[in-house]
Amino acid sequence: MDTRFAPEDIAFRDEVRAFFDKAYDEELQARLANLDTFKDAVIDWQKRLYEQGWVAPNWPKEYGGPGWNHTQKFIFDSERAARGIRDVIPFGLQMVAPVIYTFGNDEQKARFLPRILSSDDWWCQGYSETGAGSDLASLKTKAELDGDEYVVNGAKIWTSYAQYADWIFCLVRTNSEGRKQEGISFLLIDMHSPGIKVNPIVSIDNHHSLNEVEFNDVRVPVANRIGEQDKGWTYAKALLAHERTTIAGVADSKRNFNEVRELAAAEVNGGKRLIDDPLFRKRLSDIEIELMALEFTELRVLATVAAGGAPGAESSLLKIKGTEMQQAVQELRMDLAAYYQGVLPTDLSPEQLGHAFGSAARQSYMYGRAATIYGGSNEVQKNIIAKAVLGL
Amino acid sequence: MNFDFTEEQTMLRDSVARYVQDSYDFETRRKIADSDAGISREHWRTFAELGWLSVPFAEEFGGFGGNHVDTMVVMEELGKGLVLEPYLASVLLFGGLLQRSDNGPLQGEYIPRVIEGSCLGAFAYLERQSRFELTDIKTRAESAGDAYTLNGEKVAVFNGANADTLIVSARTAGGQSDREGISLFLLPADAAGVTVTPYGMMDGQRVANIVLENVSVPAGNRLGAEGDGMALMEPVVRDAILALCAEALGIMAQLNAKTLEYTKTRKQFGVAIGSFQALQHRMVDTFMAYEQTKSLLYRAVCEVEEGADTAASTVHALKVQVDKAGRQVFGEAIQLHGGMGLTDELDIGHFAKRLMMINTTFGNADHHQAAFNAARYG
Repeated sequence: MDTRFAPEDIAFRDEVRAFFDKAYDEELQARLANLDTFKDAVIDWQKRLYEQGWVAPNWPKEYGGPGWNHTQKFIFDSERAARGIRDVIPFGLQMVAPVIYTFGNDEQKARFLPRILSSDDWWCQGYSETGAGSDLASLKTKAELDGDEYVVNGAKIWTSYAQYADWIFCLVRTNSEGRKQEGISFLLIDMHSPGIKVNPIVSIDNHHSLNEVEFNDVRVPVANRIGEQDKGWTYAKALLAHERTTIAGVADSKRNFNEVRELAAAEVNGGKRLIDDPLFRKRLSDIEIELMALEFTELRVLATVAAGGAPGAESSLLKIKGTEMQQAVQELRMDLAAYYQGVLPTDLSPEQLGHAFGSAARQSYMYGRAATIYGGSNEVQKNIIAKAVLGL
Repeated sequence: MNFDFTEEQTMLRDSVARYVQDSYDFETRRKIADSDAGISREHWRTFAELGWLSVPFAEEFGGFGGNHVDTMVVMEELGKGLVLEPYLASVLLFGGLLQRSDNGPLQGEYIPRVIEGSCLGAFAYLERQSRFELTDIKTRAESAGDAYTLNGEKVAVFNGANADTLIVSARTAGGQSDREGISLFLLPADAAGVTVTPYGMMDGQRVANIVLENVSVPAGNRLGAEGDGMALMEPVVRDAILALCAEALGIMAQLNAKTLEYTKTRKQFGVAIGSFQALQHRMVDTFMAYEQTKSLLYRAVCEVEEGADTAASTVHALKVQVDKAGRQVFGEAIQLHGGMGLTDELDIGHFAKRLMMINTTFGNADHHQAAFNAARYG
């Protein structure tokens, strides 16, 4: 056991730092923060990563990954998060791409992977339905074969950024007989197809990132099916395990925690800095101790994966703890903001308002409630651990 | 010893409960929240006609002469409907300060107007730096003959966007955080030198920052003795905390009821999700959190009403309990509603936001726990 960085790791870290310092400039940050320019700014940022060859740390080298070992991946992610740089939009690069390069055919790989890597296509995820949340396999969106096309009817919900998307990867029902998991297929659907309608959903942070996506007689070539018909659940499950490890967001929580610690040193109550308040200190250290453990839990899982293991039930542990810690840090930041957490976005400047971060703290806290629900609710993750790890 | 409501209190509760149910449903509330003013004058007039605005005022001012139990009953039911109209700001804070003062002329002029709903008041006490300390005041009032000149800034004033009359805390003496030297003044919101900058809060409230620049206030508009403002503010804020906690209890009742109903009807894996033992236990926990909160609320209301020595520390305990239980109740409500709980369309998130706002009003849990610790353990 040895967790120290080797000299070549230090050199790599310096290289990563130099890149972020140069490429993640202020102009880009301003465009990312503005909802009107958000989409273009995200694509712009991901293209800068792509040109550097670093946009897909987990992809195999043959498809455009950088070929990093897990220490390098850890360094890259830590440095990214430490600067408050959001991770890439996961749906293409981190979610559908592994399915395509693992289960897709050569034609699909050649057609889709390069445009995912270069962020020329924006992807979204069509899994949940109103009646199929935790019980995902009960999904009803139907795909019926008609010649060399499927005809898709139904609706998906909670689809993040569907309003921007060029493509959606969907779980659809192709067979209603037998076990419900055995009649599902995995389709890649062009969002510009006739018969697709995107209905916005405003969430409790007052933003629109979620959507319902309706399919009315949408025709999808059979060539867009991943793997075999009715076997989509197998591919989806592999994807879900990947999704869970990325959802944990440990490096981001660590960064957010450090920010809260700095804010607590600046916020004063009754002439006393909050960081000197024994109750607040206890809350801080409770969280930091859990994060210290979680960081190493994540490293242990990554090491297992690097050694050739698949992210199995351990990814559920990461998902549960990771999302709990995200929410704990978000809550702390909001408590720091006191009543200013309530302020709705306004034209008033922080100087006019009397406070700088309350509104943003609330938005991340409110939307952060989703993290224990999406990607398989934490309750479902506990069931997975109980069954797969504990044998209950 | 009994925990029963009087016949009058039961009637009052039923009156508010029925109104909220019949005339203040969630869609009505959303329309009011989305309107320019963020409150409905029409509903406010009805509240006045039904006598609710008179509840805490003495009969000599035309009030109902109610006690803390009566206020609790009203606030709990208003909480169930997430009622936006400024009962706390205008009746309990503004009206409460007037009633507890010894300023007969101002009482005679303003309390009847508060009761009939024609005067909308606000209490401007917070400043940028004050966070949860009532005494942390930089706004100054300089005495000059038979008037005072006020300079300073108040922030996040409840009902500040709609109030026509303000009560402002200001220093007539002492340093920034001294208990002594604070005085309270009543002034029209459109007085010369007053600038009101409104903004919205997550719970639908329209608050305002209020800048006072050489505002002249007649000496007769001072409430209470000069420099003795804390003697007025403390009991009024304590009463307001009781009222907010009653409102919070009403909200928790709604969240628990709605979540329970949802888990009985929402089916996954072929059964209602409420049949899962893991979820049942969590709903039992939120049920117990609600009952414990109710008990502490009753305890605090009785101790304050009876003038018990421990009343102040019990109110601190209550505020801690409401914060803790509130987070648990709204957290589970959102989680168990799944994606639906994340939407702006459903009322669950709106109940949650009001609870969050209550938690930060007049001190959060940490603030009150520290005060409780100091009171109990020295």
